[in-house]
Amino acid sequence: MTRKSYHLLAMLALAAIGLAAPWLLPSYLSQFSKLWLFIVLALTWDLMGGQMGYNSFGNVVFFGIGMYATAATQVALYYPLAAYTAAKGGGTEFIFNTSQFFTGLAAGLPVGGLAAAIAALALGLIILGMRGHYFAIATLGLAIAAGELAAGWDLIGAGSGMVTPTPPDSIDTTVLFYYLSLALAALTFLFLAWLYSTRFGLAINAIRDDEDKAEAMGHHTTRNKVVAWVISAFFLGIAGGIFGNLSKFIDPIDVAFNGAEIGVWMILMAILGGKGTLWGPVIGAGVFYIMKELFWTYLLGWQRVALGLLIVIIVVFFPQGIVGWLKERWPGRFGPTAEEMEAADAKGEA
Amino acid sequence: MTGFRTGLMAAAAAAALVAGAAGAQAACTITLGAAVSLTGKYSTNGTHTKNGYNLALKLINDKGGVKVGDQMCKLAVKYYDDESTPARGSELAERLIKQDGVKFMLGPYSSGLTKAIAPVTEKYKVPMVEANGASRSLFTKGYKYLFAVLSTSEQYLASAVALAAENAGKMGKKPNQLTMALAIQNDPFSQDIRAGVIDDGKKYGMKVVVDDKLPKDLNDMTTTLTKVRALHPDLFIVSGHAKGAATAIRQMAEMKVDVPMLAMTHCDSAKIIKKFGKAAEYTLCASQWAPTLTYKDDIFGSAMDFAKLFNKTYGYMPPYQAAESAAAVEVFADAFKRAGSTDPQKVRDALAATEMQTFYGNIKFDATGKNVAKPMVLYQVLNGKYVVVAPSKWAAAKPIIPRPKWSERK
Amino acid sequence: MDNLNLLFAAPILNVQLLLDGLWIGAIFALAAFGMALVWGVMNIINIAQGEFVMLGGYMTLLVVKAGLSPLLGIPFAAVVLFILGWALYRAVIWRIVDADMFISLLATFGISIMMQQLMNEVFGSDVRTAESGLGMNYLFNNQVTVSQIKVLAFVLAFAIGMGLWLFLKKSRLGQAIRATSQNPRAARILGIDTSRVYAATYAINAALCGAAGALVVMAYSIHPYVGLPYTVRSFMIVIMAGLGNLGGVIAAGLGLGAAEQFAGFLLGAEYQLAFVFLLLVAVLVWRQINLARKRQYLK
Repeated sequence: MTRKSYHLLAMLALAAIGLAAPWLLPSYLSQFSKLWLFIVLALTWDLMGGQMGYNSFGNVVFFGIGMYATAATQVALYYPLAAYTAAKGGGTEFIFNTSQFFTGLAAGLPVGGLAAAIAALALGLIILGMRGHYFAIATLGLAIAAGELAAGWDLIGAGSGMVTPTPPDSIDTTVLFYYLSLALAALTFLFLAWLYSTRFGLAINAIRDDEDKAEAMGHHTTRNKVVAWVISAFFLGIAGGIFGNLSKFIDPIDVAFNGAEIGVWMILMAILGGKGTLWGPVIGAGVFYIMKELFWTYLLGWQRVALGLLIVIIVVFFPQGIVGWLKERWPGRFGPTAEEMEAADAKGEA
Repeated sequence: MTGFRTGLMAAAAAAALVAGAAGAQAACTITLGAAVSLTGKYSTNGTHTKNGYNLALKLINDKGGVKVGDQMCKLAVKYYDDESTPARGSELAERLIKQDGVKFMLGPYSSGLTKAIAPVTEKYKVPMVEANGASRSLFTKGYKYLFAVLSTSEQYLASAVALAAENAGKMGKKPNQLTMALAIQNDPFSQDIRAGVIDDGKKYGMKVVVDDKLPKDLNDMTTTLTKVRALHPDLFIVSGHAKGAATAIRQMAEMKVDVPMLAMTHCDSAKIIKKFGKAAEYTLCASQWAPTLTYKDDIFGSAMDFAKLFNKTYGYMPPYQAAESAAAVEVFADAFKRAGSTDPQKVRDALAATEMQTFYGNIKFDATGKNVAKPMVLYQVLNGKYVVVAPSKWAAAKPIIPRPKWSERK
Repeated sequence: MDNLNLLFAAPILNVQLLLDGLWIGAIFALAAFGMALVWGVMNIINIAQGEFVMLGGYMTLLVVKAGLSPLLGIPFAAVVLFILGWALYRAVIWRIVDADMFISLLATFGISIMMQQLMNEVFGSDVRTAESGLGMNYLFNNQVTVSQIKVLAFVLAFAIGMGLWLFLKKSRLGQAIRATSQNPRAARILGIDTSRVYAATYAINAALCGAAGALVVMAYSIHPYVGLPYTVRSFMIVIMAGLGNLGGVIAAGLGLGAAEQFAGFLLGAEYQLAFVFLLLVAVLVWRQINLARKRQYLK
């Protein structure tokens, strides 16, 4: 079998699992929804960290912005936002009927994505000039500051948080959000697969490999970096919007801008699966998420010790990730090495 | 790659099987689900909560369990650690209900976590009796499966504000000349306390001169205290769970911040007397419950009996968080008995009709699910003991207002 | 604005804020010395820095439990943490010295969350403090409070900074550390056991944090999740000061401490942390702009 057919087969298998899950494992649906969202988090992080070499600790900012923007839109379409949050997350008078709920969601999710993308554009122009760990730390600072600022902003509920609109009883939100998450994960995956096959994919790889050289060769590196971050932020923002509705309660620091958990997990998942590969983040997210759930279930009180140990083992022994390791072990089956790829590129262009 | 993916699925399926097996129970055991904060910023109070649940469980089971219909059922609790984060809380609630097959839930610690879990229990129509979510916003959403044994947060410090107004003369002022300083943590519960205090203060025409929101990972309050010391408020209110209480007591003593009245929450869960001794004197503390109250029931006996048993079991006097948690289990036991069934809907209706006295206080839920039969009490720390000073029904002493200045203390 | 007026109306408050800022800043600086050392020599950013501080605090509590003065906790914590640092190096850190810096960030992050929950299980989750037995001074009619333990922390931070500088300059091991940081390969060729140097560097870092933790538990308080703020502030200080600049670390530490206090006072406690982190971003942006300007000159 060729590499391409493996790729197709894997995609089909994943799609089959995704579509069949509601019938096969109905009681695990919420967890599966989160798994799909985690895949989006890992994929969008890898676009920056793996493909472009910009290790961001702050991507969670876009996740949080998307979450708040979506929820705020859902509410603001029908009720004054300030009154809604002043009631500490909505009283009995804030009722959303079926069409209001769907319209709110349909408008809210794109707004969430766009708000995040705009934030990425503005921030990117300022801080994407930084390199290496200075970029990493600046984004870390942004992530923490964003949470603190949200916790001080009364319009969105400040430290009391914000409850997403309660759907009417007639809607089975578990299934609804499951399919939304699945669709988003599929869309993100396919979009990135396409993106990496274009010249833009090569351009951001060039930034990772040697930014100065890429610039000297006439690449608009700054523009490319900002565009990549905006794409990453857009999908993250929508993921945040869905996650907020899944969690139902948005706390500024513990849910939306949770840099110490979600912010770090997205990085870990990408590294675990294999940085800079298309499938790596997907596999990494799956393995990480399942491990995490098992630890939390069976190691009560010690789950973080186990998770910490796992992290250390992952990064110390498998810094190249599962896919990276597979590629090293069976290069014929799991994709070409970098040299083969270059050779293929050369042939393609000739 | 496909081989790998199959492996993944196998792992997931195995997890499902194991979880399913754990959910299956012996003949008659009623399993209650609970996600509590064993780690993270609320872990101190999360542990009190868990201890309270466990003690009640043990006592009820030692007495043979609960009579449901014509058989005796044991109670059990399935715990998870929510790590003090709401996102985790709602995930775990979902897991308890969907995968572990739990039909009844006990509440987590803190309003934030309860806010995250309540929509889940509501969605699956699982009755939840909670003991540690006091924010009023929980009871304005029309939840039908949420029952809270505790008083809501605006009542916590209402009596402290009333005391300030009553004693304004002793501080040489009229009530409407009094000033308040607020140092209150930025979370749903504490901010609801703040709203309550501000409303109460407005009734008397008091003025707020400091209004700081403390961060959740607080360990230094000196900037707020510097402000307080400069502005001489008459009433200083601190609310920031166990950590806020401990930090305030310590640093106020160090900086000799003189205020005529200091009122706070979570004194007993922060163990301020044991930790800071004299520095804690004269502090006014809002409490849901006190061991000296005169309530009793036939499981624990009197409030004092509960306190003694708790102290014997866990080695420290029970803070009210433990007491209300134990009471929540009793409420469930009572409801099972009256429902005569473990059908969630019947139990829910029985819960709604609850009218009982426990060692913790009277319990009767209104239509929104909050307990309206039990008042808050206010302690003052006097001679190294918590002494109830309000309401007058249980007051064992008159409050000392104003507090002696630090320079006048030995 | 009211708060600003207050500062002008009662200028003495500035003194209190400044002093409080300096005390906490000195402790930040102490943790930052270690971070600068490890970063400069091993090219590792140690996220577990704050957890070492936390552990130092718990070691001091053990000393108190044994009935001794908590002041003895300072050397005790330093020694225990030195050993722990050495052990951690031998177990984990040596494998990631040559790896991408990002790998080290994540590995030490893993260590840090392990230590948090471990301490939560071992010592419980309560907020703990130790009474140093030192008194307080009240100046200007008790408008300014000075806690002697905080003064001690301040003096110690300076003394340790000085000692560290002398150690790096004069001692054999110190010279080896500097040589290794300049060029590990050359150092190896000259017969320096770089692996031992790395172990010593990491252990010294842990010891410094341990001492800082002992001071934290006496002057402030600790609990299992207290670490992150110390880690993040160490970061900022080292970035502001630059690597291999001990004087700069002290200056940046004190400056950060004071800036935080004033921000907390003026903006309210809820924006204190936001201010600090926005300041961090601002510092980095400012550095970036400067760099860009230099690049333009080159063109």
